Amino acid sequence: MLRSTSFLAILGITSLSSPAEPIDFTSQVQPLLNKRCAECHGGVKQKGDLTLTNREQALQGGTSGDPLLVPGKPAESELFRRLTHDDPDERMPPKHPLPDSEIAIIKRWISEGATWPEHWAYRRLKNPNVPPQASPWARTEIDRFVLRKLDAAAIPPSPPAKPTTLLRRLHLDLTGLPPTVEELEAFEKRWDEDPEACLETTVDLLLTSPHFGERWGRHWLDQARYADSDGYEKDNARPHAWVFRDWVIQAINEDMPLDQFTIEQMAGDLLEAPTPDQRVATAFHRQTLWNREGGTDQEEDRVKRTIDRVATTARSWLGLTVECAQCHDHPYDPITQREFYQFFAFFNNANEKAIQIPNKKGGRKQEVHVMIRNGQRKTYLLQRGDFLQPDIEGGEIKGGGIAFLHQMKRKDAEAPTRLDLANWIVSPENPLTARVLANTIWMHLFGQGLSRTPDNFGSQGSAPSHPELLDWLASTLVSEGWSRKKLIKTIVLSNTYRQAVRHRNDADIPEMDPENRLLHRQNRRRVEAEIVRDLHLTVSGQLDHRIGGKSVFPPIPLDVAAQSFANNYKWKVSEGPNRYRRGLYTFFKRTAPDPNLMTFDCPDSNISITQRNISNTPTMALATLQNAVFHEAAQAFAKRLLTQRGGRDERALLTHAYRIALSRAPTEKELTILGKLLEDYQQHYQDDPKAAEALAAKWIPEGESAISAAPWIATLRILTNLDEFITRN
Amino acid sequence: MNPLQSRRDFLTTSASGLGGLALTHLLTQETHGAGFTHFAPKAKRCIFIFMAGAPSQMDLFDHKPKLNELDGKKMDPKLLEKMRFAFLQKDTAVLMGSKRKFTRHGQSGMWFSELLPNIATCADDICMIRSLYTSQFNHHPGQLMMQCGDPNFGLPTMGSWINYGLGSENHNLPGYVVLLAGRGSSGGATLYQSGFLPSSYAGVRFRNGDEPVLNLRSPAGIDAEAQRRGLDALKDLNSLAHEQARDPEIESRIAAYELAYRMQTAAPELSDLSGESQATLASYGLDRKDPKNGGRGRGSATTWGTFSRNCLLARRLAERGVRFVNLIHASWDHHSNLDPELEFNAGMCDQPIAALIKDLKERGLLDETLVVWGSEFGRTPLGENRRGRKANTGRDHHPNAFTMFMAGGGVKGGLTYGETDDIGWAPVSNPVHVNDFHATLLHLFGLDHRRLTYRHGGGDRRLTSLTRESKVVPDWIA
Repeated sequence: MLRSTSFLAILGITSLSSPAEPIDFTSQVQPLLNKRCAECHGGVKQKGDLTLTNREQALQGGTSGDPLLVPGKPAESELFRRLTHDDPDERMPPKHPLPDSEIAIIKRWISEGATWPEHWAYRRLKNPNVPPQASPWARTEIDRFVLRKLDAAAIPPSPPAKPTTLLRRLHLDLTGLPPTVEELEAFEKRWDEDPEACLETTVDLLLTSPHFGERWGRHWLDQARYADSDGYEKDNARPHAWVFRDWVIQAINEDMPLDQFTIEQMAGDLLEAPTPDQRVATAFHRQTLWNREGGTDQEEDRVKRTIDRVATTARSWLGLTVECAQCHDHPYDPITQREFYQFFAFFNNANEKAIQIPNKKGGRKQEVHVMIRNGQRKTYLLQRGDFLQPDIEGGEIKGGGIAFLHQMKRKDAEAPTRLDLANWIVSPENPLTARVLANTIWMHLFGQGLSRTPDNFGSQGSAPSHPELLDWLASTLVSEGWSRKKLIKTIVLSNTYRQAVRHRNDADIPEMDPENRLLHRQNRRRVEAEIVRDLHLTVSGQLDHRIGGKSVFPPIPLDVAAQSFANNYKWKVSEGPNRYRRGLYTFFKRTAPDPNLMTFDCPDSNISITQRNISNTPTMALATLQNAVFHEAAQAFAKRLLTQRGGRDERALLTHAYRIALSRAPTEKELTILGKLLEDYQQHYQDDPKAAEALAAKWIPEGESAISAAPWIATLRILTNLDEFITRN
Repeated sequence: MNPLQSRRDFLTTSASGLGGLALTHLLTQETHGAGFTHFAPKAKRCIFIFMAGAPSQMDLFDHKPKLNELDGKKMDPKLLEKMRFAFLQKDTAVLMGSKRKFTRHGQSGMWFSELLPNIATCADDICMIRSLYTSQFNHHPGQLMMQCGDPNFGLPTMGSWINYGLGSENHNLPGYVVLLAGRGSSGGATLYQSGFLPSSYAGVRFRNGDEPVLNLRSPAGIDAEAQRRGLDALKDLNSLAHEQARDPEIESRIAAYELAYRMQTAAPELSDLSGESQATLASYGLDRKDPKNGGRGRGSATTWGTFSRNCLLARRLAERGVRFVNLIHASWDHHSNLDPELEFNAGMCDQPIAALIKDLKERGLLDETLVVWGSEFGRTPLGENRRGRKANTGRDHHPNAFTMFMAGGGVKGGLTYGETDDIGWAPVSNPVHVNDFHATLLHLFGLDHRRLTYRHGGGDRRLTSLTRESKVVPDWIA
């Protein structure tokens, strides 16, 4: 990077520790070793037989035999000696000595005892002691962990968000749909009676809403790299892909325990007498791309798909970047190349197959592509990851785990299966899975995980800001029967979650916690691409709320559809209510996806994604201002609003519009600005009836005219372009 | 690293504070500013002409008389041992000479085939590289390799990296613009994706027709006055929200809407060619119609005209400081019918590309504008003998050796770099891996490919491979 930010970022929380505090190995020393030393003393190269990327190997030292670390004595420690040696031939790293500031960190660390704790994510998961309640604010266990850190930094937590803000936050976080005015009113009434009970009832209602599965299902589909086409040049349609998407929605709505959720997707077909649904679940691994370009080597592509399955599994469940070990041992984590192929062996014995399952809605059987077992294929280590260079002499490699983690129980050591793998992943002994899943759930509720690298818990990942809280969440997830819904409920009822989003510049807080790592407030963030669409269609009253079914084709520009390879796919626009389905049902054509999704950072589904980017561009502004879908929504919104005019005057009607769109009444200032805009537009369209006709077109409710409706359309178009409209506050 | 974090880093390392922040991440300008190059840049902007599908180098640039002599003969089987092909059957494959006449051009005596008579007149501005090689031999992975430096998905393209590094010089247009002609490419939208970089670094597609950018035109009944009025109110309301929440992201949003408004004027102005002289329009060949006997490249009857227009637009974009223009044309995948197809495509691109180079030069822009012509890989000297085909009329994919050329932007004109063997099978001198090309490209922009990194998923990622040592080619630099 051009600035020194990458380094600052790794050291992220360093600035939080005062000079008196001892050096923290995980956040201060290890990033330094990885960055400065691992290229030659890591998994790829072990010059002088020295590896500095993990404790066990490092402490063995190198060929020189001199002790690498003598606790308390930097001068006697080979590590420090080499970093500071006068002789350029002896000094490390060669040619590029470390800056004094980094050498100082190493020196102080050794002086303080050179503690090299086991990596935070590899430690066995234990339920940590919950700190005592230090103040009434710390109502829940979560709050106590958070407050302890805030207190240490002398930062008071933020006040709670306004009740209606909290309501909209909960709706967007749990279902991705804004509250209706009726829901808003009922909430306000209940809140006045008993806020705590009101909140709990609201959360319970949202968790049982069928839209919960859509919202959280879409998060999971990002990780599953779900799409409706093959990808690559040919990018053929996958007309049955949606069956897996619906499986995900249903499983999440039913709150299928996450261990079961894991087992079924990994190995549903290998369960005893698997149900059709359990077989469908394995389509998680059918979501890989498939290159059918003429002249591709299909075996090469199969190996590529298999590697992707290994990588996706490891990232999504274990937070490990095992794919780095396909050509050589992992450069930073204790994963050998051989272990990569042990993992690979499980998927190497899985084939893709089309099967028929009963159609849930009755009628003919439904086709779906799933994974089945193929016990025939032998796995060898692929030298340099090349499928043409199997290391036959090295012998066949059977499915197996990663040695530095817990042992894998295999039913039949001669023929280990994906089911063994699945059980190993969700084993209580596995330190990673529960931590990874809990961190990801947290991330979806705060915008950031406690560890900010949700798919990399290895030594290159970011250490959690609150390691004990993460462990508590992970243990709670497991002890509460791996229930996603229970963990979400626990989190959203905490005071930590309920805080306001306002950025505070009092009490020097930005200085002390610029990234809000201590959770001194909630994080404000723009909603995801699909939700942008859902919001517009909800306030306009156009949204078709049906759950699931075949993917749909909302209108997209012709020249976008034509950019699929050789124009080989026709985008036949859906008719009727299917034009207005939620964003997650839009047919996802990998090489020519809907620009309304892509403009708002929707992942391209070519790789597994745990955390989406959030950017802010003029093309987004152009989309919501001008695109036909959003513009039509503004027209429909106006028609809907004017139909509900009743006895309301303009101010009251604008207030009503605010409540529909933003779940709150406008302030006096806001009402003045928007009221003035409406007035200006009324004059404008009075003067230009043709423009009024063009704008109001077929969106004029009974009793209104083009001239009376057009100013409302123009005004509501601005209301639904407010930053707040697409923001989860 | 996520955008929030990087923005925060910017904030903490920048004196401009919140006010300056509003402008960051918008069309990518001022994220780093031009002052952030690692060393003095030669090029300020790039026009990358991407001929997707793999043009036949030995019919355009890499003159191989020996290959013509060996036409119909088998080649040394040793060379074929480790090779894999898309369609070619090794056991029966025979060499296929080129029907094209080659002549030398310019002071430097650079070779060109008869298919590119106009580009040949720019020989002394051209740096021709005949010894490129890549690791991929299927289109989409190969195209990703060229655009992203790696055949895998989810990575930023060159244009994203350069904009990320340098920002845009134009405050009314995106810093990375994509122009397409003809049918869709294998890679589709992945050829201008921003990968793990924020989408503000993705290429923005400029379209033909009266709406040059998607959603640029206001809806019916919203004229400029109504738009301005609405945006003024929007700005006031968003500012109130900012006073409340103090989230710098709101300032970015305000600036994004203002920029969108300016684009509504700037983009049509860009596409409005009425100010161009007749001589200019004619030199690019804007009114050309596709010849009737055209190949698959046509996609529509107006590919030639569209490509000409794109070349002219590329100059207008460069003139306005747009950092990276990706000009994509697919249909160079000539497994059969090579001769007529190549004639069609070369005819399409020869005149306008030559006009572009000369036009940039006349306007004093060529020195700082790097024009690149290239593709994902090359084609085999062997004729393609796909099963079931009667005659060999095309060539298969060939990653071992291919040709690209550059002009302007600080590269040496009149240089022919690298050499392949007698039949064009593999480089015999100065082989250049695709990543070496990337390293050199960044170098021309004053960027060190090892230091232009972005933290993602716990690692510092870059355009060039992390496991292979890529080298800048100093010989190309003037």
